[in-house]
Amino acid sequence: MTEPVLRIQGVERRFSSASGDTLALQATDLEVVENDFITILGPSGCGKSTLLRIVAGLDQPTAGQVLLDGQKVAGPGADRGMVFQSYTLFPWLNVLDNVCFGLRERGMPRAQQIEVAQGFIAQVGLNGFERHYPKQLSGGMQQRTALARALANNPRILLMDEPFGALDHQTRELMQELLLGLWERQAKTVLFVTHDIDEAVFMASRVVVMSARPGRIKLSRPVDLPHPRHYSVKTTPAFSALKGELTEAVRAEVMAAAAAST
Amino acid sequence: MKPLTPVSPGARVALGITFFVVFVAVWAVATLGGFVSKTFLADPLTMVKSGVTLITQMGFAADIGMTVWRVLGGFLIATALALPLGVAMGAYKPVEAFFEPFVSFARYLPASAFIPLLILWVGIGEAQKLSVIFIGSFFQLVLMIAVIVGNTRRDLVEAAYTLGVSDRSLIRRVLIPGAAPEIAETLRMVLGWAWTYVIVAELIGASSGIGHMITDSQALLATDQIIFGIIVIGLIGLGSDLLFKVLNRRLFPWAALGR
Repeated sequence: MTEPVLRIQGVERRFSSASGDTLALQATDLEVVENDFITILGPSGCGKSTLLRIVAGLDQPTAGQVLLDGQKVAGPGADRGMVFQSYTLFPWLNVLDNVCFGLRERGMPRAQQIEVAQGFIAQVGLNGFERHYPKQLSGGMQQRTALARALANNPRILLMDEPFGALDHQTRELMQELLLGLWERQAKTVLFVTHDIDEAVFMASRVVVMSARPGRIKLSRPVDLPHPRHYSVKTTPAFSALKGELTEAVRAEVMAAAAAST
Repeated sequence: MKPLTPVSPGARVALGITFFVVFVAVWAVATLGGFVSKTFLADPLTMVKSGVTLITQMGFAADIGMTVWRVLGGFLIATALALPLGVAMGAYKPVEAFFEPFVSFARYLPASAFIPLLILWVGIGEAQKLSVIFIGSFFQLVLMIAVIVGNTRRDLVEAAYTLGVSDRSLIRRVLIPGAAPEIAETLRMVLGWAWTYVIVAELIGASSGIGHMITDSQALLATDQIIFGIIVIGLIGLGSDLLFKVLNRRLFPWAALGR
């Protein structure tokens, strides 16, 4: 058994307000090993984004801890690259400079920055768009740039918070194939939050289902569909069976969430 | 006309010019047609003629130069000090909590009301004119810059942190470049206000400048000269405004995209 890259230990998050405490995330444990592609699936408001933000260091747990390679996570850092649901490219930088952002922060010489950035821009298929500003790009292209920007930093783990959620269906499927292809070639470790079951099953090596608020991990299901995965896998019986199982699990939570809010 | 439907650039310019023409036409009819007494309002032709005389024979160009110099001087000093303070207030909440209440109070102090005090403190020389403009623009600038910097999109800040920026580089590489176009827009607006302060400063205790010429003309009841002075201010203001707009568009092409 290899030492996990990421270890989430008893992480809990409470939000306090005037009307009282809300428990968003119950004590949660999760281990992510090298080259895992874990998708976290759950109804909206189940705390899955909160969990990811805690791993990123953008939010602090009220109990428990997150360890990256055995080191306690205290705040955000370049070792955990993140792609957000909203478009977070820096609008004043063109595609090339956006991808160079983290490299420049590290003090890498400009020529080397460009070389590295060009490589990742090519991998996400944006050759020829280096001088474009974010506003000149479609949503899909912006998210591809954001992916290249996160990958250029060579993070230990890539955190993705519903990164394709704002894209139309067709673009989303292309992005899934792109990301999966990158992962198959480069042996990255990915933690991916989504509420789209198809998306979760298609890309994952393991799907984690979270319960309705207060969130906790309800189910952890390995996905052993063969690699390289082609989009046509979505029509196979094995895929449908898995999807059916997860749909049931998520549906129960959605019902629970609906019942709790009435 | 449908609400919010854009107008073509050509039509926009044409409409803008048309109003100027209508304005001058109404003025010409009212004065040349004898509806308004010359004592109260000079007609456009007399105004232009005395404008030419002012510039060619009475050294009015030097007055204009003086006024422009004062505005720019006072404004640049105010900007140079307001930028670092405003950015610091926008970025660091304790700094904001420390200065913000006072600045909010100070910005309502009318700059022109300080003139008697300023004459007492720094005399009637250039320092007094610069101080009036400084007081009039500094506090406004600080507050607006602080708000702009404070309103930086949080998701961009978070993205920058996950890319490994330090707190210092966050200010240099995210807060400032992100706020720059809006700050430039604010500078353009406040420069417009600085123009009104300088004239007030020059109306009292000045021996040169457009405002001084206007007070002199008042004694002679030379409404043609007064109007000429006012129009010159308007034209310079319009010019500097256009210049600023062009400059902003050049400096921040990304901000104008897709607008």
